Amino acid sequence: MTGKVTVTLKVNGRTFSADCEPRKTLADFLRQDLGFTGVHLGCEHGVCGACTISVDGSTARSCCMLAVQAEGTEVTTVEGLASDGNLHPLQEAFWKHHGLQCGFCTPGMLAAASELLEDNPDPTADEIREGISGNLCRCTGYQFIVDSVQDAAQHLRSTT
Amino acid sequence: MAMEFLRPATWDEALAAKAEHPGALPISGGTDVMVEINFDATRPEYLLDLTRIEELTDWSADGERLRIGAGVTYTSLIADLADRLPGLAMASRTVGSPQIRNRGTVAGNLGSASPAGDAHPPLLADDAVVEAHSARGVRHIPITEFYTGVKRNALEPDELIAAVLVPPADGPQQFAKIGTRNAMVISVTAFGLALHPSTGTVGAAFGSAAPTPRRATKAEQFLAAELTESGRWDSRAELDPAAVTRFGALVAEAATPIDDVRGTADYRTHALSVMARRTLVWAWTDYRRKRVRTCA
Ligand SMILES: Cc1cc2nc3c(=O)[nH]c(=O)nc-3n(C[C@H](O)[C@H](O)[C@H](O)COP(=O)(O)OP(=O)(O)OC[C@H]3O[C@@H](n4cnc5c(N)ncnc54)[C@H](O)[C@@H]3O)c2cc1C
Ligand code: FES
Ligand code: FES
Repeated sequence: MTGKVTVTLKVNGRTFSADCEPRKTLADFLRQDLGFTGVHLGCEHGVCGACTISVDGSTARSCCMLAVQAEGTEVTTVEGLASDGNLHPLQEAFWKHHGLQCGFCTPGMLAAASELLEDNPDPTADEIREGISGNLCRCTGYQFIVDSVQDAAQHLRSTT
Repeated sequence: MAMEFLRPATWDEALAAKAEHPGALPISGGTDVMVEINFDATRPEYLLDLTRIEELTDWSADGERLRIGAGVTYTSLIADLADRLPGLAMASRTVGSPQIRNRGTVAGNLGSASPAGDAHPPLLADDAVVEAHSARGVRHIPITEFYTGVKRNALEPDELIAAVLVPPADGPQQFAKIGTRNAMVISVTAFGLALHPSTGTVGAAFGSAAPTPRRATKAEQFLAAELTESGRWDSRAELDPAAVTRFGALVAEAATPIDDVRGTADYRTHALSVMARRTLVWAWTDYRRKRVRTCA
């Protein structure tokens, strides 16, 4: 199995297949080979959370996974959050409450927040802070992100 | 040289691959391995991915002990075993962030054998056993013999960790750790305590304050004797403050920390004595209430 390996996986509901080096990270594979540049890379060693995506339903650091390990998985990136041109309620709330400034941390924040709301539809502010504790933001000071997640949670509870 | 990626579907295939390529680097959650690869700190010829092997992701009750498969993540350990392994669950809750806990494993912590690994103090305090497998057979390594040096462990080149065996708590357990922001902490120092009323013994161990995670044997013996001789295991009477202080001092004495960017040796020694005293008081308070504390 020397040289390139073919990786087939589902991203945001569509199946993709591409060849890559075994040492390529899933983050680089998604960005460079499949064009999902919403996957952001900050630290490349698991600390900042910018590259957080969902793999088979749980959040993971795509910089800490190899593309070859994602063979056969279902991945969701920030590009898969909106549907039919409508922003996801979390995205809507981030927009409304200034949950982002530069936007670099946002894809990872959204992934972490949507997992949090799936597990806990009515989180307290402290629970939100714990849920996004693995994601660094250098702009907002976090308060607006907490507000956004709380508002989205309320919206999601009232519509489902 | 290009890296080759081995992805066995079964445990037997994994053991055969490790026997054939003893230099192959196993990868479980990848939360340590990938950092090394991304920073080019390691260039293994072969990577041996264990995440496909389903049997590793189970835990079970194995006689006197719980058997935690090498693929069990911190997240599932916390969800499933917090009542039976409160000390290990408390330590697991402090590991990294939710995303690190979703993938990281106790076996990976053992594989790295970093003196700062958070699973080590509770495993030492609770007399865990590492179940190592190779194509040659099965070996049970007592946890006190597992850590052999800074980031070194007792595994043979052809061995893999199949599981960790840990007796369920028979008394209160505690864990405390000092570090910076939770999500990116390498602990400055950490301490695990397990009281064993059924045997009249005490487990006390620390991390980040010696070349390897280590038990504070003198402190364990002192406290066990103190509780036994004073009849407190049965009376559950309030602790003698002098004994608490002595316990903290003996834990600190067992440490041989270094100065580094995360803290000075003096600070670590002092912090250890404080954590030892505090966790003892918390654990004893639980014991007096006759219940096992399940969260910090
Ligand atoms: C942002 C961040 C924060 C972190 N915070 C903490 C923290 O707070 N506390 C802490 O203790 N750690 C922390 N870590 C380190 C890491 O998450 C832990 O050490 C974790 O337990 C590693 O588990 P893993 O399954 O990801 O191991 P991997 O990275 O897959 O492997 C680690 C080592 O173990 C070996 N290995 C893996 N499985 C086996 C096996 N079955 N048999 C033999 N060898 C094996 C590997 O070859 C490697 O040497 C952090 C890491 C990151 C990136
Ligand atoms: S880029 Fe992956 S965690 Fe920072
Ligand atoms: S919005 Fe800039 S880093 Fe969070």
